[in-house]
Amino acid sequence: MGIRSLGKRYRSGESIVRQGAAGNCMYVIQEGQAEVYREENGREIRMAVLKEGDFFGEMSIFDREVRAATVKALGDVRILTIDKKTFMRRIQKDPSLAFDIVRTMSQRIRQLNCDLAEMRARETET
Amino acid sequence: MRRSSASIEDRLTAGLSERFDPVALENGSRVGVIGGGPAGSFFSLFLLKMAETIGLDVNIDIYEPRHFVHKGPAGCNHCGGIVSEFLVQLLAAEGVRLPPEVVQRGIDSYMLHMDVGTVRIDTPLQEKRIAAVYRGNGPRDAGPAPTRVVGFDRYLQDLAVSRGAKIRRQLVNQVSWEEDRPHVHCSTGPSEVYDLVAVAAGINSNVLQPIEGLEFGYRIPEAARTFICEFHLGEETIREHLGTSMHLFLLDIPHLECAAIIPKGDFVTLCLLGDKIDDSLVTTFLDAPEVRACFPEAIVPRTVCHCFPRINIKAAVRPFTDRIVLIGDSGVARLYKDGIGSAYRTAKAAARTVVFHGISDEAFAKHYWPTCKQIDADNSIGRFMFTVSHVIQKTRPTRRALFRMTATEQTRTGNRRHMSSVLWDLFTGSAPYREILLRTFRPAFVARLGWNLVAGNVAPGNLASANGQPTNGDANGH
Repeated sequence: MGIRSLGKRYRSGESIVRQGAAGNCMYVIQEGQAEVYREENGREIRMAVLKEGDFFGEMSIFDREVRAATVKALGDVRILTIDKKTFMRRIQKDPSLAFDIVRTMSQRIRQLNCDLAEMRARETET
Repeated sequence: MRRSSASIEDRLTAGLSERFDPVALENGSRVGVIGGGPAGSFFSLFLLKMAETIGLDVNIDIYEPRHFVHKGPAGCNHCGGIVSEFLVQLLAAEGVRLPPEVVQRGIDSYMLHMDVGTVRIDTPLQEKRIAAVYRGNGPRDAGPAPTRVVGFDRYLQDLAVSRGAKIRRQLVNQVSWEEDRPHVHCSTGPSEVYDLVAVAAGINSNVLQPIEGLEFGYRIPEAARTFICEFHLGEETIREHLGTSMHLFLLDIPHLECAAIIPKGDFVTLCLLGDKIDDSLVTTFLDAPEVRACFPEAIVPRTVCHCFPRINIKAAVRPFTDRIVLIGDSGVARLYKDGIGSAYRTAKAAARTVVFHGISDEAFAKHYWPTCKQIDADNSIGRFMFTVSHVIQKTRPTRRALFRMTATEQTRTGNRRHMSSVLWDLFTGSAPYREILLRTFRPAFVARLGWNLVAGNVAPGNLASANGQPTNGDANGH
C-alpha cells in the first residue's frame, strides 16, 4: 500500500465516516477492507464488511440525510473520495454514470428484504 | 441502408426513446473499433455495458496491432500519462478501479515552479486523486520492473475484452464504403464489413487520411508537436526530490505553453506542450535553473526514451456520418489537458448515441456532436486563458503576485483558496476552462489578486513568509 495507490490511507480501526455526521461525498475502497457498524441503544452492531471496489456513503449524496452508519478500516485500507458536486454535476449530463450505483443499491435493498424476511420468520417460529 | 424495424419497435415499446433512429444496431450487429487506446476501449466497454442493460447483443472487434506489453515506443501510446482527478472519480463511480500495477504513482499535489519561487498546491482533500500511468509498458531502457506493471491502455483493453470485445492484432490501412456498409481493410487478411465503425485511432495514425477521403465532410484535427521523454532516477531519488507531486513550470520560454515533470515508479516523464516544440526549446527548458533544481545535484540525467508525438489543438470537422463515428483525438480533445478524459467523454457520448438513439448521421449530429462542440467551445476559452498565462509568464510582477497569493492561501484552511483552486483546475483539467474563467471574475479573487500585486512587488521579501520557497533573489527583494 505505497506510492502506486490512489486515495487516502486509513489505519486499522480508524473511522472513515461516523454515524450521524453530515456527508457530502461518497467513498470507493481502492485497497483493503472496511467494516460497517450501526449504533443502536448504545451497542455497535456490525452490518457488513466491504472489500476492494465496493462503495459506501452514497445515500448521503442522494438524500441529504446524515450518515446512516459508521465505517471503520478493517486492517490498513485505501479509500478514494468522490465529491458530491463533481458526481451530481456529471450525472446531469450523463445519467448512465449512476447505473452501477443504482444497481448496487438495488442489490443491497434485495439483501435487506431477504434479511428482514428471515428475521420475521424466526420471530414467528419463536 | 438496413432498417432494423424489430429492434426499433422493441426499443420504442421499452420507452427508451421517443423518436428512435431508424438506422440502429440490432442483435448480432457487428461493430469495428479502429484503435485500442483509451477511446477505443472506453467506447467498447460502454457500448457493451449499455447494450446489456437493454438486452442488445452486439459483436465488437477492436483493431489494435500493439499489445502494450513491450517496453519503449513500440508498445506505447506516446502521452504524458496522467489520469485527472476528475476522471479518477468518474471511473471509480463507473466501477473502474485503477489498481497499483496500473498506477505508477498516486499524485497528491502540484509543485508550481517559477523564477520567483516554488509553491506547493495540495489536493482539496489531501489524498492521492491523480494517477500517473504508463501508456505502454514503461520506457525503452527500463529493465525488469521490481513490481508487476500493467500499462493503462492494456488495462482498459482487457476490461473491454472481459465484457466481450474481441481484439484483432491487425493494422488498419483503409476504410471504404461499399453497399451501404463501412468496410475495414488491413494489410493482411480479407476486408471486414461492419454495421458501425468507430475510429479511435488517435491523431498520429495513417488511417485518418483514407477516412477524410470518404468525403462525408470529415477534416483531420489541426495538430501541434509535443515532446515527451523519460529519465531514470530510481524510486528513492524520486521520493526525495520529486515526492508524490506533479511538477509544473511557468517559465518565460517562447512557444512553451505547458511543461510538466511527472514521477512514475523508477522514472520521471517530462512533457512539453506548445505551438513550436523543437530541439532548441527542449535544450533551453532543460537548462533552466528551476528545472535543474528538480534533479539531484541540479544535473539533468540522460533520457532513456523520448518521442515527439502530435496532439490536436483544434477539433475535427464533422467527425461522424451514417455508420461511422470518430472519437478521442481523432475527433475532439481538450486543449493541452486531460486527453484521456476527452477520450472518456467522447467515447461515452458516442456509445450512448449508438445504443439509445441510433447510428445515422442525424443521430450522431443530435446526440454525439453536442459533446464535441462543448469541448471545442471550452477550448476557445482555454486558448484565452493560456494567452493570459503567457502574460504572467512574461511579466515578473504578475508572477510575484500569483506566487504570493497562492503560497499565502496554502497556509490557510477552508474555502478561501481562490488562486490555488484556479491553478489546480487549470493544471489538472478537473474543471472546464469556462468555469475556471468565471471564478477569476469574482470580486474576492480580483481584490486579492490586486492586493498581492501590490504587496508582492512593493516588498517582495514578504514572499518568504508564505508557504512557498522563494528564490534567493526574490527573498532578498532583488
